[in-house]
Amino acid sequence: MKKADPNPHANRNIMILTYVVLAAFLGLILYFGYFLQITSEEVINNSYNARLDRFSDRIVRGNIVSSDGQVLAETHIGDNGDEIRVYPFGTLFAHVVGHSTKGKTGLESLGNFYLLTSHVNLLEQVINEISDQKNPGDDVVTSLDVGLQQVAYQALGDRKGAVVAMEPDTGKILAMVSKPDYDPNPLSLEASWEGLVSSENDQGQLLNRATQGLYPPGSVFKIVTALEAMREHPDSYLDYQFDCSGVFHQDEYSIRCYHSTAHGLQDMSLSFANSCNGAFANLGLQLDLDSMYNLAGQLLFNSDLPLTMAYSKSSYQMKGGAGEWEILQTAIGQGRTQVTPIHMAMITSAIANGGTLMKPYVMERVQNAAGEEVKKFLPESWGSLMTAAESRQLNDLMVRVVTEGTGSALRDASYQAAGKTGSAEFETNKETHAWFTGYAPAEDPQIVVTVIVEEGGSGGRAAAPIARAMFDEYLLR
Amino acid sequence: MVNIIIETSKYLMILLIACYTFFNFRFFSFPDLERKRIVCSRQNQAMFLIHLLAYLIIYLKTEDERVLAFYGAQVVFFLAYIYLYRLLYRNVSRLLVNNACMLMCVGFIMLTRISFDRAVRQFIIVAAAAAVTWIIPYIMDHVWQLCRGAWVYAGIGLILLAVVCIVGTTTFGAQLSLEIGGVTFQPSEFVKITFVFFVAAMFYQSTDFKTVVVTTAVAAVHILILAASRDLGSALLLFVTYLFMLFIATSNWLYLGSGLLAGMGAASIAYLVFPHVQTRVAAWADPWSDIDNRGYQITQSLFAIGTGGWFGMGLYQGMPYKIPVVEKDFIFAAISEEMGGIFALCVLLICVGCFLQFMMIAGSLQAAFFKLIAFGLGMVYITQVFLTVGGVTKFIPSTGVTLPFVSYGGSSILSTFILFNIIQGLYILKRNEEEEYEEG
Repeated sequence: MKKADPNPHANRNIMILTYVVLAAFLGLILYFGYFLQITSEEVINNSYNARLDRFSDRIVRGNIVSSDGQVLAETHIGDNGDEIRVYPFGTLFAHVVGHSTKGKTGLESLGNFYLLTSHVNLLEQVINEISDQKNPGDDVVTSLDVGLQQVAYQALGDRKGAVVAMEPDTGKILAMVSKPDYDPNPLSLEASWEGLVSSENDQGQLLNRATQGLYPPGSVFKIVTALEAMREHPDSYLDYQFDCSGVFHQDEYSIRCYHSTAHGLQDMSLSFANSCNGAFANLGLQLDLDSMYNLAGQLLFNSDLPLTMAYSKSSYQMKGGAGEWEILQTAIGQGRTQVTPIHMAMITSAIANGGTLMKPYVMERVQNAAGEEVKKFLPESWGSLMTAAESRQLNDLMVRVVTEGTGSALRDASYQAAGKTGSAEFETNKETHAWFTGYAPAEDPQIVVTVIVEEGGSGGRAAAPIARAMFDEYLLR
Repeated sequence: MVNIIIETSKYLMILLIACYTFFNFRFFSFPDLERKRIVCSRQNQAMFLIHLLAYLIIYLKTEDERVLAFYGAQVVFFLAYIYLYRLLYRNVSRLLVNNACMLMCVGFIMLTRISFDRAVRQFIIVAAAAAVTWIIPYIMDHVWQLCRGAWVYAGIGLILLAVVCIVGTTTFGAQLSLEIGGVTFQPSEFVKITFVFFVAAMFYQSTDFKTVVVTTAVAAVHILILAASRDLGSALLLFVTYLFMLFIATSNWLYLGSGLLAGMGAASIAYLVFPHVQTRVAAWADPWSDIDNRGYQITQSLFAIGTGGWFGMGLYQGMPYKIPVVEKDFIFAAISEEMGGIFALCVLLICVGCFLQFMMIAGSLQAAFFKLIAFGLGMVYITQVFLTVGGVTKFIPSTGVTLPFVSYGGSSILSTFILFNIIQGLYILKRNEEEEYEEG
């Protein structure tokens, strides 16, 4: 039995395998640490994590405040200790701030973990514990601008639609309005809830149209078509010419300009400024469809957006070999393409920011109840959607929209705006959806605004004035 | 006020287990026995303090007098186990006994918090298993025919597995257990041990090509039956153990390399053939897209670990019961959630410390049979720890194995006791030999 070890290398090999096992455990431990330190934050904020609700037994939900410190959501405690969430601005911030009864949405959901975590000083925590008081949760400070939000809200009025405003060089969301809306205050939400979620309700008040509403882009999509023309003909795309008679006939198909306006002889820049459908439909026939499909992908169609809030994915479906009718339609933003207002705002902000897309965000920082900063969210770049040169060329096209084309609502402003209008058909015999996406000032963009007014008619007349009001408020106040 | 006690003791317990873990590794750097003895006593103090604090919280939270009695019974058990072991076997490894007790102590705390009745049941099994398995070191020392029974081990193992495969009860899509007279019994827990003995006995006889082929064939039958019973965790465990034991016995890199390739091939085939393997892998790759269903268990586990953070929520402040089978396969997530990520990491490091000690014992043994047994059981142990902790934290796909000494389950506890006591037996054997040599 006690015969000597026949294998002289056994101990060396045991050592080697021991190191292999230790390396595996080192990997496991590093992964575990990385998860706890970095990844877990996103994980625990998931709405499926029932544990967070438990926090409210010991923490009073913190406030959500605007960039200048105005309270957008707070918790009132009654004499009998009952807590009630109050939204002082009522319907104004309904979608972006969200509600916290009947499930959590908007910032109430995104910031749930922070709102239910307390960073008041240790002494106060101990005193609260002994006196059986709840600790006050941290406050979430947002980038939202109350003035801008009010302007957008009033300008949209009773019409359905959405307005998004953001800073192109940081990605901060300044305003986000969606209509129709609802009152998130718990009592009125309770009273109206049945009607809101009823299957007969086709108004979609709970839907945040700014991030979840999918619309045909109409002429704002000409930004993409023009970019594709730039890529295929970098030196000569401006030489493209088209003679517009109001209706463009191609085989048995015809494409009309808005109100069948005859634009006459158009070059690339003019047809973009005047939003000439014939010129762009004809341009579409000359483009490489597979390359255009790739471009749409690079612009984040059919893919996830770098957004933390709930959103819908935009879709672009035309590939090589598509039929003539589909090409004519897709080139002018009709057909099967669908886009969300926030996505349009992101593409526009990349143009305004030299091609680089900054990840949009609403939460700027987290502070404790005493106002001391606990956590700061810094601007993050997602990457480039296009080259700096391409963004300059698109800028030139978009400036001309304002100076000579359909963006006339912005022409006499004291700053130079740039943008693109759109009037998207979505159902025959109904008014078109009115779009505008743009930024100002063109030479040093401070703000990007994207507007959609459902069944608003022409983009230049219904949507551009809303953007004008936003720019005025932000740049001239 | 209770909350302050919970909060303070939470940090105290983390500090204590950190000290314990530190001593566990510091131990190896002291050559003289006196210093080692002091370190081991300090470990005992830390363990009893953690135990006391935890049960104080449990009592404050539940205000159930039975908790006090239960706590008292555990203290008596731990004291008896630690002191009687030394009385029975003069040369016992105190460190190994301490680690076993520490891991069981953490297990009792978490189980009591999750379900008092189960904790009591676990305690009874632990006490019985501890008493019965005390005899193992004696057997190791006195029954020298152990190395002759290769085919007996293979026979027992294969019969047990085959019976489970044919008539076993199905839990979570895998046939794991047998029910005999109302007692469920999970044979794969014991087959791990007979398997190691079989392989060691075979390679003790010879490591020529023919023996390697025969042994590999029999090992493959074990693994295939486990795969057929859908117990993939155990199948993987035996595969890794066999491959490494083969390498240690033969020192042949070719065997190791071709074995690894064959393993990868087999894993790919398993992925293509078994739908439930695909489910597990899909739940691992992206649990978030199917959070209600396939991804439920792992996402609940991640919520628990993530919400607990480095310092934990404190006992009774979390929701470990939200995780399916938390008391068995996912106990590590519960520990991390309530006692803290640091505490859980210390538990993991204690397991790694046990493994290192197993490997040192394997290295020090001269007899090939015993060396292979120590090495093989060490591999079984550490692979199991890796599979369970890796699965719970989403480092690897979940395979459904228990954390030895901590998880709930009679078969798991009994087999871990057998495993630790076999190693303890080998250690005692070696120490007795050294003493004889010194005296001689």
